[in-house]
Amino acid sequence: MANNIISIIIITSLATYLSRFLGVLSAEKIKETSKIFRWFNCLAYSTLAALIARLVIFPSGSLSEIDYFIRFAVVILSVFIFYLTKKNLVYPTVFSAVLLSALSSFLS
Amino acid sequence: MIDSEYFFKGLKSIKGVGSPAIALGASFIAIGALLKNLGFSIQESIFSTFLTYALPGSLVMAESMFVGASLLNIFIAVWLVNARLYPMTVALMPLLMHKNQSRWKYYLSCHFIAVSSWLIMKENYQNITKEKRLDFWIGIGTATWSVAIISTIIGFFASDFLNKDILIGLAIINPIYFICMMIGAMKTIQITLSIILGAALGPAFYFISPEWCILFGGFIAGTIAYFFGERNGK
Repeated sequence: MANNIISIIIITSLATYLSRFLGVLSAEKIKETSKIFRWFNCLAYSTLAALIARLVIFPSGSLSEIDYFIRFAVVILSVFIFYLTKKNLVYPTVFSAVLLSALSSFLS
Repeated sequence: MIDSEYFFKGLKSIKGVGSPAIALGASFIAIGALLKNLGFSIQESIFSTFLTYALPGSLVMAESMFVGASLLNIFIAVWLVNARLYPMTVALMPLLMHKNQSRWKYYLSCHFIAVSSWLIMKENYQNITKEKRLDFWIGIGTATWSVAIISTIIGFFASDFLNKDILIGLAIINPIYFICMMIGAMKTIQITLSIILGAALGPAFYFISPEWCILFGGFIAGTIAYFFGERNGK
């Protein structure tokens, strides 16, 4: 590990804040009723969806040890529970964690 | 300076069935454990979540450190993965701006923009009068940011007890939370199409470039959704 941890933390936070800062700078000139605002709204949701889909389909770290088919099944089941519980977010999230932990220890 | 009534209203968003606390907590517990295993001290781990407060950025930082990347490469890798915060900020801040608010609050509170706080604000802004939205937002931000920091501390100290199976369980919570939140947000043609196309194109572009797939896929998906929505009554 060649770099000092503190400088890595600061570099990471600057790289992150940069996008937030530029976002506010641009936002000062954009009205919420404008077309460009609606376009950015679409871009924000689509980029988020892309990020989340990537997390599930091409995960890095511990999730990648779980079979693709099992990850997919857990997602479908959790969304089903989300609807079943009238859009409660606690049940599907807790359910997914317990199910996947159990499957992981059972299958290995 | 900050309207306390609206600030506390925002702070309370952390309670209830729609609370992001579980999802945020789970992922930052995992981050705390990861940072400890990377050799961070407790102070450094807190400092990291305190200053960055964006999950994918912290993960990329950890991966880059693991392979011994240079500071410049870390900067570029983190910037790329967190560049989604730019459209998110542009799509949020105009809703919060008001002539009676002071500008420094925008530049300080933009640090709170992360997926969970952003989705909550997007869901609730219409119920808050425009003049007070920024104070409400600072409340949401303070609550979610605090959960992230506290969870990092818990994860750091609990890392010895977190085996592989538990970490896998923690890792799925965040995507599940976001998937459900996004399904809940599909209220207009534009947003629904943005989400569906983004979820399809992001991973599709992974085969071309793993680094750029989120931005490329997101950009193309969002632009198609925008034009389709404009032609077909939003």
